[in-house]
Amino acid sequence: MTMSGSKVEGFKQEGEQLSNIVVGKILEIEKHLNSDNLWTCQVDVGLPETVQIVTGAQNLTSGDFVPVALDNSVVFGGKTIVKGKLRDVDSEGMLCSLSELGLTLHDFPYATENGIFVLGDDCEKTTGEDIRTAIGLNDTITEFEITSNRPDCLSVVGLAREAAASFGETLQPPTPTLKGGTGNVEEYLKVAINDPEKCYRYIGAVVTDVKIEPSPRWLRERLRASGVRPINNIVDITNYVMLEYGQPMHAFDIRYLDNNEVNVRCATNGEKIVTLDGIERLLDVDMLVIADANKPVAVAGVMGGEYSGVMDETNTIVFESACFNGSSVRSTAKKLGMRTESSARFEKELDPNGCLNSIYRALALVEELNVGNIVNGLVDCNYNQRKPRVIPFNWKWVNKFVGIDVSAEKQKEILERIGFTVNNDAITVPTFRNDVEHLADISEEIARFFGYENIPNCPLAGIANGKLSDRQQFEKIMNGVLLACGLSEIQTYSFTSAKCFDKICLPAESEMRQCICISNPMGEDTGVMRTTCLPSMLEVIARNYKHRNPEAMLYEIATEYVSKGSETLPLENQKIVIGMYGEESGYTLIKGIIEEILNVAGIAAYEIEVCNNNPAYHPGRCAAITIDGEYLAVLGEIHPQVQLNYEINTKIYAAEIDFEMLFKLKNLKRTYKPLPKYPAVDRDLSFTCEKGIPVLRLQNLIAHAAGPLLESISLFDIYEGSQIADGTKSLAFTMRLRSPERTLTDRDADEAVSNAVDALNKIGITLRA
Amino acid sequence: MREQLELIQKSAEDELKRAESQTDIEATRIKYLGKKGELTAVLKRMGSLSAEDRPIFGQLANEVRSDIENQIAKKVESIKAVEMAARLQSEAIDITVPGIKQRIGHKHPLSIVLDEVKDIFLGLGFCIATGPEIEWDYYNFEALNIPKNHPARDTQDTFYITENMLLRTQTSPVQIRVMEKQAPPIRIIAPGRVYRSDAVDATHSPLFHQIEGLVVDKGITMGHLKGCLDAFAKCLYGEDTKIRLRPHHFPFTEPSCEIDVSCFRCGGKGCAMCKGEGWIEILGGGMVHPKVLKTGGIDPDEYSGFAFGVGLERLVMFRFSIDDLRLFYENDLRFLSQF
Repeated sequence: MTMSGSKVEGFKQEGEQLSNIVVGKILEIEKHLNSDNLWTCQVDVGLPETVQIVTGAQNLTSGDFVPVALDNSVVFGGKTIVKGKLRDVDSEGMLCSLSELGLTLHDFPYATENGIFVLGDDCEKTTGEDIRTAIGLNDTITEFEITSNRPDCLSVVGLAREAAASFGETLQPPTPTLKGGTGNVEEYLKVAINDPEKCYRYIGAVVTDVKIEPSPRWLRERLRASGVRPINNIVDITNYVMLEYGQPMHAFDIRYLDNNEVNVRCATNGEKIVTLDGIERLLDVDMLVIADANKPVAVAGVMGGEYSGVMDETNTIVFESACFNGSSVRSTAKKLGMRTESSARFEKELDPNGCLNSIYRALALVEELNVGNIVNGLVDCNYNQRKPRVIPFNWKWVNKFVGIDVSAEKQKEILERIGFTVNNDAITVPTFRNDVEHLADISEEIARFFGYENIPNCPLAGIANGKLSDRQQFEKIMNGVLLACGLSEIQTYSFTSAKCFDKICLPAESEMRQCICISNPMGEDTGVMRTTCLPSMLEVIARNYKHRNPEAMLYEIATEYVSKGSETLPLENQKIVIGMYGEESGYTLIKGIIEEILNVAGIAAYEIEVCNNNPAYHPGRCAAITIDGEYLAVLGEIHPQVQLNYEINTKIYAAEIDFEMLFKLKNLKRTYKPLPKYPAVDRDLSFTCEKGIPVLRLQNLIAHAAGPLLESISLFDIYEGSQIADGTKSLAFTMRLRSPERTLTDRDADEAVSNAVDALNKIGITLRA
Repeated sequence: MREQLELIQKSAEDELKRAESQTDIEATRIKYLGKKGELTAVLKRMGSLSAEDRPIFGQLANEVRSDIENQIAKKVESIKAVEMAARLQSEAIDITVPGIKQRIGHKHPLSIVLDEVKDIFLGLGFCIATGPEIEWDYYNFEALNIPKNHPARDTQDTFYITENMLLRTQTSPVQIRVMEKQAPPIRIIAPGRVYRSDAVDATHSPLFHQIEGLVVDKGITMGHLKGCLDAFAKCLYGEDTKIRLRPHHFPFTEPSCEIDVSCFRCGGKGCAMCKGEGWIEILGGGMVHPKVLKTGGIDPDEYSGFAFGVGLERLVMFRFSIDDLRLFYENDLRFLSQF
């Protein structure tokens, strides 16, 4: 069945938990020797010897047939029963109540609520018989997953059709027949449909002189196995027909239909109904109800009203078998927050053609159980007969589409097995298969019964240029750089809480607060789409810190969402976000990583400037990298206040790089430069200068003054301390000089060095003494 | 003179035998072969020999000389070897000393498996397409044959921004976007984030990843879907992997299927991972519904196609035996550094 589309989720045996419980007959029962409340029974359990069992139940007499849990048996709930002594009297087991068998009074209404279950005449009274066989607790329950396009399979008949086709058996659909009754239905019932768009058909039938009583065991048993609680014969019939045909039904007590009217109409605003579950529901004008002359008596297709149901003294009932608009039932059930067996079926669009057989089946069951007199005739209103669809029988197209070779005859046979008719060139789709509209749908029917497993595998042919786009390639390279820098990748939610803006100290007027809000969020924490990825990173850092990870170095290529109004989709921009804390972390480390990223991206010309206006960062420890005045990146130490807001008691360093701009400016072209032929000369120089002068300024001055021989200049030491004057620092550089044409002499080097020293002297910076 | 030469040869030989270092050898060399050495002294006296004897003794002296030289060379080699052996022995270290910890960045487990999936499909000739995460209702539902009030919308609880704008619930809208932009042949996968209003627990997250696939060309059949996904499964889980298609329902494919792979732990015999079934469901797919092709601007009479979707988290959870989806988004380093 799974392979033909009705997925078997599993199956189980009823009562599989029970073991070693048998039917016993009480031969003798006498007062317990040492107790006023206990009884000692001699029980025939089909063995040569009778067993003696002590019970506390007060509802037994000799001759009763009862369930006996013998020594070493298991009752419902998994409890093991062993023999023992009760107040010094041997007891070789236990007599069971319904609950010890996993049953309730709904299953055996004649049982005593607080006593041992005494088997009635509907049970097999053979001593020693397994109790499950004796009382019919031995059905096998198979659970199917039914896809939403197949409401016809939410029924025994529908699944039987599928089963028959799957196993090549013949389907034997039930054909209800009626003996016929008395009177005329129109004397009892008037039906009017005020909203024909939402109700495709309404059939009513009347039964008089009903005898409300429990259903027979076979009916109760089948309902129970299907997960439906047996109530009384009339309600059970409506449920039974729903399970059998997939058509929800309802039974009204005619006493509560004012003026014997059924009006199918939309509710008025503010109208209320108390549904069968005892809850008062507020209705609105979009909700379809079944009303009598004055009031709603049921929410159409969802649930009946409190007084609409069948009671013990009910005498005359109206059976409803109707077909309601699927979307209407679906939205009503959703609004009222009550999805029922009935609404779950209606919302998938049932077939109005199915109403008639179902009501016949209900009436036939009334006759079969002999519990009422059927009134002749049916009220059948607004029958929107669904016309069967006709699809051209293009069996060659099916073969070509699926990639199989199945003859026209075989295809015809498959289709006919599941209720389609095929004549010459046309397929007529049965009306219960509303999902089949197109040859592609026919292909699925053919394919699933031909067997998906029998479709030959076929490799994709032809040449295709499977490659990464420039952007994807660049992203891959960047991921590689970031990982190589020792950063671990994280993945964070795209949505965040609006509160995070306060946590990163964003001013109230900041544009970043203009974020896209989710209209139906799950909670405040995930209510808005992020306009900045920094809070996501800080949250992850905070979590790692809280979990006492001594250090963390993390990155994410994350998306930010910028609103463009309701007429245009938002911008989805990517950023590289880096965050770190711990011993190795620091400004120079994060700057080194940024420099490496720029280096790999081939971006050499950029400005680095002090950034003291980003509220999330320490104003004295934050830099911006700009190109032509546009921000490419910001990096630095997180503001102590922000750090506090995230409850992190250590310095955090972070950077944000605009990935879109990085990609736009990247230059991945590389051209080989010949290796130098002549050796380089290195000269080390130390300068002292005021603390506030940036290294970069000195570096630029030296580079400019040293002239074309300077290959590189690098800082190797910064010193501040007792060896030099207060308020000054010493900076030590290595100048590397080289000529592409010759080996440099000492004089060449001396000249370059003295040019550099002179240039610095001019602004009052001198060589360190 | 002959006796003299033989004596030199003999005593040089003895001295070399006793030599223990390169210094000893050098002393021996100087003693016999040096400018003032014994052999050199003998050679100097050759002039006093008769014309007949001179070549005879000359040859003999040269033989003695080269013999000593050879012996010196040999001895040097063996002494060097001994010295090297001694040095190596003295330089031995404790190789169990712990290595210096390297600061290696760890790829997120979702990326590890996604990259693998991308590589497989690139190898099969696919390109990688993308689409917006904040999408129009039209692309996410309508164009995929899921009109308003369709029951299929119930199974995908959607986050809405406005009535028509939403967080995509699937990567399938990328199908439509690609079809609108590109004429067949189309062969793409579209990985990305998707959103559903599911409360967070071990197997649910309001945000997760899907990988969509779409192939459109002339003459594409369900056999191609099977062939393609069979190749994918074998690349991902090994040559012995099998796939199984089961009929299912998706509004935008017809015929539709769910696709199981033979359990990669037990090979299909049945184990705890596959719950005894031998199969694990990882994909959904089918032939692109002709209505959807038409919506995408492709003539369904000329072209056909197949589409599929994979849940990335599921693949990763199976790969690394991860039992809680929340770990992916918590980003605890104790988790991340395991991969």
